[in-house]
Amino acid sequence: MSMPFYVSPEQLMKDRADFARKGIARGRSVVAVQYADGILFVSENPSQALHKVSEIYDRIAFAAVGRYNEFENLRIAGVRLADMRGYAYDRRDVTGRGLANAYAQTLGTIFSSGGEKPYEVELFVAEIGDDAADDQLYRLTYDGQVADEHGFAVMGGAADVVASYLKERYAANASLDEALRLAVAALGHTADAEDRAIPVDDLEVAVLDRTRSQPRKFSRVRPARLEELLGERGPTASAPEPPAEPADPAASSGSDDPPVAPPIS
Amino acid sequence: MSDPRLPAAFLQPGSSSFSDFLAEQAPDLLPGRRAVPQGQAGDLAPHGTTIVAATFPGGVVMAGDRRATMGNIIAQRDIEKVFPADEFSAVGIAGSAGLAVEMVRLFQTELEHYEKIEGSTLSMDGKANRLAALIRSNLGMAMQGLAVVPLFAGFDLAADQGRIFSYDVTGGRYEETAFHSVGSGSLFARGALKKLYRSDFTAEQTVQAVVEALYDAADDDSATGGPDVTRRIFPVVQVMTADGGRRMPDSEVAAIADRVIAGRMSSPDGPHAPLNATTTEGA
Repeated sequence: MSMPFYVSPEQLMKDRADFARKGIARGRSVVAVQYADGILFVSENPSQALHKVSEIYDRIAFAAVGRYNEFENLRIAGVRLADMRGYAYDRRDVTGRGLANAYAQTLGTIFSSGGEKPYEVELFVAEIGDDAADDQLYRLTYDGQVADEHGFAVMGGAADVVASYLKERYAANASLDEALRLAVAALGHTADAEDRAIPVDDLEVAVLDRTRSQPRKFSRVRPARLEELLGERGPTASAPEPPAEPADPAASSGSDDPPVAPPIS
Repeated sequence: MSDPRLPAAFLQPGSSSFSDFLAEQAPDLLPGRRAVPQGQAGDLAPHGTTIVAATFPGGVVMAGDRRATMGNIIAQRDIEKVFPADEFSAVGIAGSAGLAVEMVRLFQTELEHYEKIEGSTLSMDGKANRLAALIRSNLGMAMQGLAVVPLFAGFDLAADQGRIFSYDVTGGRYEETAFHSVGSGSLFARGALKKLYRSDFTAEQTVQAVVEALYDAADDDSATGGPDVTRRIFPVVQVMTADGGRRMPDSEVAAIADRVIAGRMSSPDGPHAPLNATTTEGA
């Protein structure tokens, strides 16, 4: 009869965290930047259909990096939670804090339960208020931790490099085009090579804009408008490495990678 | 909610319909799922009355009067019965007011929910069919006097024109051409529009025509409210074009209503249609 090896709880959690972190680091970064009229989300995402940034409710948006099927599940659950609460109570009773809490509890439970593999995702939950001081930006990690971010936040592959670039240059109350130029430059920044100008078609950009007249403040910024906002930037270049989208199962089949559960059908 | 986690059912892949989701998770929130004791309940709650819609080249207008009645009592004189359903469509309701408002809220959430989950909006026919399904589920209540009869209108981006749909209490869905009206004053409103409507009207002329029609409905139907000049309460008017829908500001509606009232001072029955149909552009 074989005896199971003893694995200390510390080691178990560390292994699970390493596993999740590795999965997240394969994807590209998402940047959220507070500007004068709201919150801007920018990511490098060549797909026009598989979104990393989405609307949850009137003033609440969701952004994610990592495994597509997992964060898509969380996004739909968030939409259901928000719509159900808004229908049963009132639209004003749907809050970003409540949603971030639900996500945190869900991710935390999955991470620490032995039965399931941890989610390989990181999330932003953002809510805009009546002015910039009331804006809220939460960053949630795979283990259910919540961080309340201010000004800007980055998650995903090269988060450290992008965040340090932003930290040096971020200014509060910027206009939309200034914030956008900064975020795109930050995403194109690399530590050891020359900075890239990311082509407009590879950008996914969305805003929570409190100046919108409709109650729903989320809107996507289309390529034509992006072109206009970004202005002349010189030659552009797509990301050099082959697309290693976490949604693509082939990307995680390398021999160095940890084993990955099959996508939920 | 004692457990702060997302319930497992929320994380299941499934329907992108909000009402289907509610039917599984919280059926008590659906207006059609409630057991109503036997008997007629129609006199227990206020009723909303006349809604009018008319198309024009490049869009569609929907307007509703502001009266809710309970028997011979005016239950509310400034009720709103025309609501935007989403960016390009609006729904107006006649019938049992409380249920109708609840159904509109469900319909609005239904459209928004689909849009957020699927990343694209429903087609105009898809929206009209979803509304039919909601009305159908209310048949039991309708038979006890709590009927809800909506009028649905919107700008169809695919067909590049305004479209109008009417319903019956069994969920029957009928597409209307040019103009339509529902509610207790609808016969009079439709008669007025028949004489006034022209398919080449501008948006503003169409608004004036529907305000005239509502005036005629209020003239002959006690449950329909006319423009209230002393309190400055005027119809709710929703205009939908390719740029989206907007509620016409009260000041603009007031200006049109004032014009209509001024015309009625000298001609109480409203504008005269020519006896010989020389301009038969109307539908």
